Amino acid sequence: MNRVGIIGYGITPFTKKDHSTESALLESTRRLFVENPEIMPKEIDAVLVSTNSNTKYLSPILSEMTGVSPKISHTVESLCSSGTNTIVSAYSYIASGLADLVLVAGADRYDSPGQVLEWDNSRGQYKHPVFWASIFSKAYKRRFSVSNEQLAIVPVKNHKQAKDNPNALSEKICTVEDVINSKKITKDLRLLECSRPCTGSASIVLGSEDMVKRLAHSPVWITGIGQKTTSAGFTKNIPSNFMESTKIAGRMSLEMSNKHAKNIDVAEIHDAFSVCEPMALEALGFSADGKGMHTIQELHETDNFKINPRGGLIGAGHPLGATGIAQTIEVTQQLQSNAGNRQVDDPKVGLVHNMSAAATSSTVLVLET
Amino acid sequence: MSFEARLSEGKFCIPECTQCKKTVWPPSEFCNHCFGDVQLREGDFEGKVIEFSQQKEGYFCLVEFESIRIMAGISQCPKLGQTVRMSKCGIINASYSFWVV
Repeated sequence: MNRVGIIGYGITPFTKKDHSTESALLESTRRLFVENPEIMPKEIDAVLVSTNSNTKYLSPILSEMTGVSPKISHTVESLCSSGTNTIVSAYSYIASGLADLVLVAGADRYDSPGQVLEWDNSRGQYKHPVFWASIFSKAYKRRFSVSNEQLAIVPVKNHKQAKDNPNALSEKICTVEDVINSKKITKDLRLLECSRPCTGSASIVLGSEDMVKRLAHSPVWITGIGQKTTSAGFTKNIPSNFMESTKIAGRMSLEMSNKHAKNIDVAEIHDAFSVCEPMALEALGFSADGKGMHTIQELHETDNFKINPRGGLIGAGHPLGATGIAQTIEVTQQLQSNAGNRQVDDPKVGLVHNMSAAATSSTVLVLET
Repeated sequence: MSFEARLSEGKFCIPECTQCKKTVWPPSEFCNHCFGDVQLREGDFEGKVIEFSQQKEGYFCLVEFESIRIMAGISQCPKLGQTVRMSKCGIINASYSFWVV
């Protein structure tokens, strides 16, 4: 199997602006090509688009508008983890030899139809994600005796870290009191505990080993991939282990890269809602069961940006199809020591965790210099 | 009749396979274990509250009916493990709707 690495990337600010999905997609791709002039559009042999929008034929449109005539071009959709699913598809094309240079571009709008899985009728009249998040939160707090104030540290930390991310939606820091006093969505979920849908785009070019060696200034390799789908419907989740898919995908990715959780220096975690961050840290082996908030509190108090340095989904915003790609760009920048004020101290190994629909499916990537 | 046709009449049934007898959930025209045909079992089923939360004055809960788990509304604050029955169900704006008591 051929090695696959990251050659270049481009990203737009995440905003509440009314750009079309096509416009956002083109902007991040334009930035990618402008900032990486060594990547020639004519050399790209696959263009994959990640989006939940109802737009059609986006990969050929993006190809035409950026001067690419690829062999392979299509869209990938898998709700909130469309981005990393698209990266895995690109990886597979390169590893198999079907392509050598792949453009992956993701975009969504603040009103993306991917926010609610209409199919999942077992949720009854409670289809919006805030309801599964409330059930997760209540169950987690009950099982591990965690308070609302403790969980509030997740948004406090992630909004603080987003201040150093120029592309983040969040522009202000908040306190535990601000979180607790923010709008009560349910008894177990406050507004500031939620990631916000927004408009944004992120693009990345992946290449074969030869391409990476020829084109990348500071190569970052994808050395581990783990994916697991346990179901599509939220109620099929196992109540005592809501993040089973993350646990399995995390283990697969670490095994593939021959790493252990303790080897990970920096990680992007899918904090769609505050409770997701400690749950994911536990599922991925960063924290013992029930101890995720201890880890998060310690990182926050020591201003250690190891987890969600760009502010996570809560701080950076969540343009669904762009999120997994933006997470991967962040870990790449960190490994390249190119993350500005949010730079973690000399990381060598990074991890990306991206999931969909109440963790019914998860993708985990391990990246290394 | 299909699960949805009965649900739209306000009747909650448990879909099960005519061949392997396993419960089929989410409802489907065929069994997701053996691809056999599906029939509906009617009854006054007892469910158990697995978890719950509250939005404004209303409560909502994750309930298990045999091996079927659904989200349902409940008028009073439930207890974990509480036994409940379907009090009202239907299809509103193309979405299932469940209430337990």
